[in-house]
Amino acid sequence: MHPPENKLTSGSEIQYLPVPAGVAIPVSQHIGTPAAIVVNKDDKVRAGQVIARSKGYVSSNIHSSVSGKVTKIDTVIDSTGYKQQAVFITVEGDEWIESIDRSSEILTDIRLQSSEEIIKKCLDSGIVGLGGATFPSHVKLTVPAGKRCDVLIVNGVECEPYLTSDHRLMLERGEEILIGVSILMKALRVTRAMIGIESNKPDAIAHMTRLATAFEGISVHALRVKYPQGAEKQLIKALINREVPSGKLPLDVNTVVHNVGTAFAVYEAVQKNKPLFERVVTITGKSVAAPGNYFVRIGTPVRDLIAAAGGMPEDTGKIVSGGPMMGKALNSTEVPVVKGTSGIILFPAEESLRSESMPCIRCAKCVEACALNLEPYLLMTLSEKGLFERAENERITDCMECGSCSFICPAHRPLLDYIRLGKTTVIKMARERVSKQ
Amino acid sequence: MSNLLNVSPSPHAHGKETTRKLMYGVVIALLPALFTSIFYFGWGAIIVTSVSVASCILFEYLIQKFMIRKPVTITDGSALVTGLLLAFNVPSNLPVHVVIIGAFVSVAIAKMTFGGLGSNPFNPALVGRVFMLISFPVQMTSWPVPKGFETAYTDAVTGATPLSIVKEGLKNGEPFQQLISQIPAPANMFLGNMGGSIGEVAAVALLIGFIWLLFKKIITWHIPVSVIGSLVIFTGILWLVNPEKNADPLFHLLAGGILLGAIFMATDYVTSPMNPKAMIIYGCGIGILTVIIRVWGAYPEGVSFAILIMNAFVPIMNTYIKPERFGEEVKHG
Repeated sequence: MHPPENKLTSGSEIQYLPVPAGVAIPVSQHIGTPAAIVVNKDDKVRAGQVIARSKGYVSSNIHSSVSGKVTKIDTVIDSTGYKQQAVFITVEGDEWIESIDRSSEILTDIRLQSSEEIIKKCLDSGIVGLGGATFPSHVKLTVPAGKRCDVLIVNGVECEPYLTSDHRLMLERGEEILIGVSILMKALRVTRAMIGIESNKPDAIAHMTRLATAFEGISVHALRVKYPQGAEKQLIKALINREVPSGKLPLDVNTVVHNVGTAFAVYEAVQKNKPLFERVVTITGKSVAAPGNYFVRIGTPVRDLIAAAGGMPEDTGKIVSGGPMMGKALNSTEVPVVKGTSGIILFPAEESLRSESMPCIRCAKCVEACALNLEPYLLMTLSEKGLFERAENERITDCMECGSCSFICPAHRPLLDYIRLGKTTVIKMARERVSKQ
Repeated sequence: MSNLLNVSPSPHAHGKETTRKLMYGVVIALLPALFTSIFYFGWGAIIVTSVSVASCILFEYLIQKFMIRKPVTITDGSALVTGLLLAFNVPSNLPVHVVIIGAFVSVAIAKMTFGGLGSNPFNPALVGRVFMLISFPVQMTSWPVPKGFETAYTDAVTGATPLSIVKEGLKNGEPFQQLISQIPAPANMFLGNMGGSIGEVAAVALLIGFIWLLFKKIITWHIPVSVIGSLVIFTGILWLVNPEKNADPLFHLLAGGILLGAIFMATDYVTSPMNPKAMIIYGCGIGILTVIIRVWGAYPEGVSFAILIMNAFVPIMNTYIKPERFGEEVKHG
């Protein structure tokens, strides 16, 4: 599978988006329980201050990304299209909490030595996986009893078309990423880390390889350009030739995968005391006047980012948060940038509509395209007809929703739409089975 | 800017492949064979092919428009492919009315009664061909001698195909080595200079089409290679055991419709299996059945029957032969 790359912004240096006039910071920017809000209306906050505290083990702290006054605690429509609680802050100045080291000096000596301290720091700093899945990093770094991790895998693949945030970060913050990787290695108590980068980014591969020589145990690997090379299971297979079994986690094959963006956030948290309240976002699209990469404060409305890129093009028909293969279509430009926002793509109207779905001609291209060797045509039919038990036996829950099947289908069939429906239903059925026992 | 934004679930990109592009890709792949057949069989090839294509498209149109009253999809190219393949499977002197009947059986009975494109269990062109073979055995087995445009359409000089010469000869106890002198040399057979159906004679043209299909990723290698491979291995074994009583593998490969069948008929999307493992089993089944029919059956040629028989196994193969899922076996590197 080779979707057109359209990496329009791979040469654009990351700029700082001006601090917005106001932000709306959702309490759920991660997989797991939403954080509990700990500020009230009219409170004064500073950038880096905790405004919502993690609730339960799989959860994450949320920090203010700006300084100013909490104007309201209300709902905001996020990238999923659902409403969720958010803290609205009107910006006054740009004051950060004192503990943050705002200098640009690169600190190479790791400040925290023990695994526990680092994991605690990740939890306190609200670090989540920045590749898009936003799984809380402290959970991933805690190796449960009975499990073993022998190698850390770092994801610099960025196989989604259009997106370049990880690519630019590797080029411009390569050393920080490598220090971050060393910190992650310490947390996981491993001596080996492998960074995988798709070979369509030769500059990043060369740069990271050169920098990595100064770091013990870290190697950089060029990977074949092939969507979805950056999917966790595919990346593990490509780098260390282990297949994560169905329904299992990378730890079951003794590895853990973190994104390069996460490694950078870990560097900032541990070395600079800076919680995760800004991230690199690519703003792009074929008609966009000035596509680019920006450090954006969490909670900034997408509207501000679009304005920085020269405004919304006349022909815009769809706004996607994330990549074109797995991203979510937004219904408004008021949606805030969150920890998982890797890019915003503006699609021209003619690219924003689907073609009419035709009968399946059984060409088997979806079977060929499926990275997990499932049979998308069959899973779609089973879901369509409500045959969920059979769909479960055909391993519908293995589907990672990479979109390759729908992308390749010559009959333009909505394969993934139905597979999602089937997958959700099967997961629900399995839960009900467990609760009955 | 429109005020409304489109929203839909991912993916938000499409590979731009369409059913129509795939079908016309197959048509392009068939062109070399079409040109060589016109070169060898002249007007007959042109008339039979045109009538076949026109009637396949017309029948599909009439049925969609007036019987099932669904949107007419004749421009998707599938009726065109069926028409071409049907013509490729018959002699170039076949009377027009027989061609029309064959087209009717192909499109109306084998395809549209099952729900049209994507739903038919058997290869429509082959159902039409076999129907004609059984109903019009004389017309379907009198093969014009290739003489280009000198070949008359209706009262062409006919001769036997290499396959039937060898079949008859072996049956009468003549050793294969002697029969070789009665059939065209392999080079001629490779170029298509022999009696046979319109589209099956020129191996070289079919192979060019095969390369195009692979290059454009319209088909994968699995089915054609396993059909040809199993045929060559099976006939090779028979030939090695008794070279007097059995034809050599090269003869089996170049004579008759095995290449047309392997490359264009067996690979029909709708009626072939959905994963590589099943495709290989299906292809081997076709190769082996073809040899069985050719060597021990009543007909000199068995490709059509072999493919139709294997078509019947496709649903069961799709149900029981599964791709090896990712992570099926825990592998440690």
